[in-house]
Amino acid sequence: MPNYTPPVRDITFTLDTIADVESIVALPDFEHVDLDTIDGMLSEAARFFSEVFAPTNEVGDEKGAALENGGVVTPDEFKPVWQKLVDAGWTAVTGSPEYGGHGFPRTLGLAVSEMMTSANLAFSLNPMLTGSGIALLTRHGSDELRDQYLAKLISSEWTGTMVLTESEAGSDVGALRAKAVLNPDGSYSISGTKIFVTWGDHDLTDNIIHLVLARTPDAPAGTRGISLFVVPKFLLTEDGAPSKRNSVETVSIEHKLGIHASPTCVLAFDDATGYIVGEENKGMRYMFTMMNQARLEVGLEGLSVAERAYQHAAEYAKDRVQGRAAGSDELSPIIDHPDVRRMLMTMKASTEAMRALLYDAVAAEDRHLSAQDELERIAAGDRLALLTPIAKAWCTDRGVEIASIGVQVLGGMGFVEEAGAAQFYRDARITPIYEGTNGIQALDLVMRKLPMGDGAVITAYLSEIESLDGPLADGGDALAGVREHLGAALRTVRDATSWLAASNDPQARMAGATPYLEMLGTLAGGYYLARQALAAQSEADSDSWMAAKVATAHFYAVNLLPKVHGLAPSVTAGSEHLFAIEDTNLG
Amino acid sequence: MNIAVCVKQIPDPATPYDLDDDNHWVVRPNDQVLDDTDRVGVEVGLQLAEATEGTVTLVSMSPSGSLQGIRQALAMGADKAVIIDDDTLKGSDALTTARILSAAIDREEFDVVVAGGESTDGYTGVVPQMMSEMLDVPCLSFARKVDVDDGIVTIERQTASGYEVVTSKLPALLAVTAGIVEPRYPTFKGIMQAKSKPVETLTASDLGVEPDVGQRVTEVADVASREAGDIVEDDGEAYLKIVELLEQTKVI
Ligand SMILES: Cc1cc2nc3c(=O)[nH]c(=O)nc-3n(C[C@H](O)[C@H](O)[C@H](O)COP(=O)(O)OP(=O)(O)OC[C@H]3O[C@@H](n4cnc5c(N)ncnc54)[C@H](O)[C@@H]3O)c2cc1C
Repeated sequence: MPNYTPPVRDITFTLDTIADVESIVALPDFEHVDLDTIDGMLSEAARFFSEVFAPTNEVGDEKGAALENGGVVTPDEFKPVWQKLVDAGWTAVTGSPEYGGHGFPRTLGLAVSEMMTSANLAFSLNPMLTGSGIALLTRHGSDELRDQYLAKLISSEWTGTMVLTESEAGSDVGALRAKAVLNPDGSYSISGTKIFVTWGDHDLTDNIIHLVLARTPDAPAGTRGISLFVVPKFLLTEDGAPSKRNSVETVSIEHKLGIHASPTCVLAFDDATGYIVGEENKGMRYMFTMMNQARLEVGLEGLSVAERAYQHAAEYAKDRVQGRAAGSDELSPIIDHPDVRRMLMTMKASTEAMRALLYDAVAAEDRHLSAQDELERIAAGDRLALLTPIAKAWCTDRGVEIASIGVQVLGGMGFVEEAGAAQFYRDARITPIYEGTNGIQALDLVMRKLPMGDGAVITAYLSEIESLDGPLADGGDALAGVREHLGAALRTVRDATSWLAASNDPQARMAGATPYLEMLGTLAGGYYLARQALAAQSEADSDSWMAAKVATAHFYAVNLLPKVHGLAPSVTAGSEHLFAIEDTNLG
Repeated sequence: MNIAVCVKQIPDPATPYDLDDDNHWVVRPNDQVLDDTDRVGVEVGLQLAEATEGTVTLVSMSPSGSLQGIRQALAMGADKAVIIDDDTLKGSDALTTARILSAAIDREEFDVVVAGGESTDGYTGVVPQMMSEMLDVPCLSFARKVDVDDGIVTIERQTASGYEVVTSKLPALLAVTAGIVEPRYPTFKGIMQAKSKPVETLTASDLGVEPDVGQRVTEVADVASREAGDIVEDDGEAYLKIVELLEQTKVI
């Protein structure tokens, strides 16, 4: 099995240069967080996830989760590791101190999540969804619900799920039909069949708390008529202990391309007892708290699997001897061949760009929730709203691409399961699909986020990129290429953005959404790497790691940034050509 | 029970480090990590402390730097640390190290001193024995299983052919080997608490020890690179040649 070495140095560098974690830790909400302990926390998390969690990745893939006698059974290797995770408290990093959490910024939580996700993507989905549920209940749950559930969820003694999808309601959540009928005691009876519920059942904990979307009898149609319920697998006694089984059955689990260790369940609710979160018909709004957080976390999956694939490919390329590199009179390791080098550099540059984008987005979330100044909070919220679909879709598309390149670097062995690259590729493939497909993310970006504040939010972000031009000019020859390509890419993206803003043909804007998201993501990646190059430049002479940061930004600028120019025509092409062929001639 | 655990901060083995051109000493970066083999000693100390409601004091001689390595051991659960950080101790040999550590330990009554078998960056492997002499307590070395009951410590002492059971009265010094216990991973809480645990920094003169570094490293040479192996082409009878080669090297 390929080893995992957590990239603690790049994580730390990104926390410093992009997320500005120092200023986050300085906020009053995080008074108890000591900047000096962050390094220790990251290095211990690195040890834990690489030594304890990562070794379950391959066996989880091979054995997978199984449904036996109506219950999901996880691979034997998972139980002790889960217990260690709970004991060590790595899932309680961001939870509210009121309920036993450590109250750390989400930014630092994401750094821990990155390592957990790289170590074992399928396994990490369980704490990931639990974390999203915790965020939702913390913000929208009644005192009673919070008191009953939060402490156990934060400690990971129980886990949480996110239950939206039905067979006729996938991307269009508003079409869901599960029903919820009010009982005299104030609880609700929930009925309906839900599909694709990640970690919907398992044998790791003695309760599972489902967060379920359903409709009350006379609710309005569409997303305005959806309510949100807490449905525990085991109902609680007066003093909060799990007792009677609720009527939620695991009907089946899916056989999938990847993430085999993550059970994807069909759950049947048959007059199951549920407790409403907030008010009726406002469920979608609450669920968005959960989904926004989960979208960043799924974007993170793109990064995490890319990092793993990159490390694996680089390791292989140093060992595998094949052919002679130009000018060499001996057989060469394939890392000496320019084409392999290009693959590895693409992997490295894209992975680091993703990391920067994600950590910037999550830092905006912390500022949005905790900044002292109201205007700063609003601006950070807008930034987060803009970056969320890009972080989700761009990073997961890159994740698949990088994992695929990883297979390619290994050649024939890449296609052979034993070598391990294939698993990364298979596991990566779900990430552009769930948590809102990347197509839906692109629509969110173009139809909802670009128009925010009459275009002020995207304009501010692009101006920020422009403002890097001065510092890059001061950076001299070493950064001249970065400056030139970043400037050119920015102009192209601005033109496409203006075109979208001016167009009053929604069909045309939707047609250009996906290439536009890719453009913006590609530009953002180049921007963040350029900022990192500026920060690294002064130490580049004495420290090869820093020199590599500068060179990576340069590689990205010259090789990857120019892709935005190729994407531009398809953003502005309109939709007619997409419908030029009759349906009957497709397929 | 009062337990002292000797631990060492060393340069992170994952990142290459340099030797000083003049005196050939390891150039110690500001951030040093806990020697992995010392995690075993800390774990043994913690288990003994848990069984006896005792305390664990770390004792370490090294430039404090960022104290990262010491914090790692405190995060595992040790109660406090004593560090001897003194420029005059640079390049100390095993004897000086043992004198310093013993002097630091001797300041407080202790029941058990735990040390690793040898450090990962120095490999002298004699410091525990020297310390036991200076502290005038028995040294139980190669300990792979440790029990304390009613003032008596019992260990299984790893030998080439098996193990011996050795008992001793307390106080005593244990030199532990890797693999006897699985060192715990620090909890998140432990990591946070480590920051506020007491760390006392001393110099050699605080301990009344006159450093007398008797050792000089005169030369450092690279390990000879391995010679290319013999390739035996398989003509159907290659196994005979291989058996012959193995016999020559007395492997079989
Ligand atoms: C392994 C796995 C785990 C999952 N975990 C969960 C979970 O825990 N909880 C949960 O609730 N759900 C979960 N899902 C469901 C997942 O979120 C949905 O599959 C996803 O949202 C897409 O819905 P769908 O499958 O119905 O596809 P569809 O909505 O049918 O989409 C098919 C295609 O059409 C496109 N499309 C659909 N509508 C539009 C539109 N309006 N405009 C443009 N394009 C459109 C989509 O982008 C996609 O390419 C999971 C799914 C899988 C496979």
